[in-house]
Amino acid sequence: MTADPNAEPAAPVDARPLVVLTDVNKHFGELHVLRDINLTVHSGEVVVVIGPSGSGKSTLCRTVNRLEPIDNGTITIDGQPLPEEGRGLARLRSDVGMVFQSFNLFSHKTVLENVTLGPVKVRKVNKSEAHETAIRLLERVGIADQADKYPAQLSGGQQQRVAIARALAMNPKVIMFDEPTSALDPEMVQEVLDVMTSLAREGMTMIVVTHEMGFARRAADRVVFMADGRIVEENTPDEFFTNPASERARDFLSKILTH
Amino acid sequence: MDDIFNNLDSFVDGFSWTIRLTLVSAAFAFAIGVLLTAMRVSPVPLLRASATVYVETIRNTPLTLVLLFCGLGLGNTMQLQFSDRVEWDVFWLAVVGLSAYTACFVAESLRAGINTIPFGQAEAARSLGLTFGQNLRLIVLPQALRTVIGPLGSVFIALTKNTTVASVAGLGVQEASREMRLLFDQGQTDVLVVFIGFAIGFIILTLPVGYFFGWLSKRLAVAR
Ligand SMILES: Nc1ncnc2c1ncn2[C@@H]1O[C@H](COP(=O)(O)OP(=O)(O)OP(=O)(O)O)[C@@H](O)[C@H]1O
Ligand SMILES: [Mg+2]
Repeated sequence: MTADPNAEPAAPVDARPLVVLTDVNKHFGELHVLRDINLTVHSGEVVVVIGPSGSGKSTLCRTVNRLEPIDNGTITIDGQPLPEEGRGLARLRSDVGMVFQSFNLFSHKTVLENVTLGPVKVRKVNKSEAHETAIRLLERVGIADQADKYPAQLSGGQQQRVAIARALAMNPKVIMFDEPTSALDPEMVQEVLDVMTSLAREGMTMIVVTHEMGFARRAADRVVFMADGRIVEENTPDEFFTNPASERARDFLSKILTH
Repeated sequence: MDDIFNNLDSFVDGFSWTIRLTLVSAAFAFAIGVLLTAMRVSPVPLLRASATVYVETIRNTPLTLVLLFCGLGLGNTMQLQFSDRVEWDVFWLAVVGLSAYTACFVAESLRAGINTIPFGQAEAARSLGLTFGQNLRLIVLPQALRTVIGPLGSVFIALTKNTTVASVAGLGVQEASREMRLLFDQGQTDVLVVFIGFAIGFIILTLPVGYFFGWLSKRLAVAR
């Protein structure tokens, strides 16, 4: 069931496998978007997923909390297979944070309410405790002073930091980031990457789809390169960026580097 | 003008029934409309299909037929009885018909409202571990409702006017237009004056509703 931990180059030796995908396949109609995906992410590990548009990176992220169901294969979170539907699935999802490209904050709720909603309604934490935690998290991402505003009143970078605080409030085992900075104006990218880098330093388990190579080099333990629904190559960031093994990766890197 | 003041009793009586009929039917229509909407976006195909069939069937049936069915079908044939007093019995039969009918329009408005909410918000809610019901109750419906307050006002106004069908459709429910026709039948009043009086009565009833819903809709608008 579980993949051989030795196959993962950058995994910390004593870390337990947290997210394990085994022989995962997924189609959208005729289109084979995920092909025999095997991926193990260990506790505390930061994995950056990179690859051309349409290679299946977002789909991969979304299968991990079953926003997209898979055709076959298995996905386990902390040893537990993903339930099909219902409350079991909801409980498991609450342990997997998700940060989207388009923030997806709840527009009718204030920043503070966005962050407390999950803990209060899903974790049944009492309101004042959730409130305190939320303020602390908003301070950590640097927007505690905006707590009573509505999402539409914030800049993109601020909204994305709220989205990160909202994910953190659930105390998740792992957080998935799907291109968290690609909808942002250039001057706001760094503030979000800084928050992510400090999370990585503090030992949060993260799967990050991004083309920000600076972040990958600074924060990632491992880079996973995808093309046409397959994992083509996995390596440490340094190795991957300076010495990519596959033709596809070399080709891809030459394109994003010349941009 | 005397024709109005001399008949103020039937005027007030008629409109008080109209208002009761409208408010009670509106409450049920809203509740059923929300339920239908929940069914239509549910993950269970059977629920989705039954809600759609219901909405498409009732919405496309003339209200007169719906109310006739309530009076003759439910009342006479199936002997469904709500009250020993005839005027209340037919009142509740009419409420069944009016709310069943109006619920379809409430559901259609709400569905249009749901379609304006970015899909990602529902996904974010699911990712937090909210159940389908929580997602609907806390994220989707509150926002959908706020975007369709204006259209719901129109539905409410249409309902107010639709109550007049309840007296003609074999039910004989008391309401304003029935009182008006009774006055005509007595033949002692100026038809035009009474007619205009009752028409103004309806406008007085519905005009503030329209403005109120318009105001509410601005007040509760969600910025995106
Ligand atoms: N819901 C869907 N229905 C049908 N096809 C889809 C759906 N979602 C994605 N696809 C297709 O699946 C393929 C992989 O999509 P995915 O979004 O996972 O790619 P990606 O690697 O994230 O690309 P990008 O860098 O553009 O975000 C694409 O060809 C896409 O068009
Ligand atoms: Mg993508």
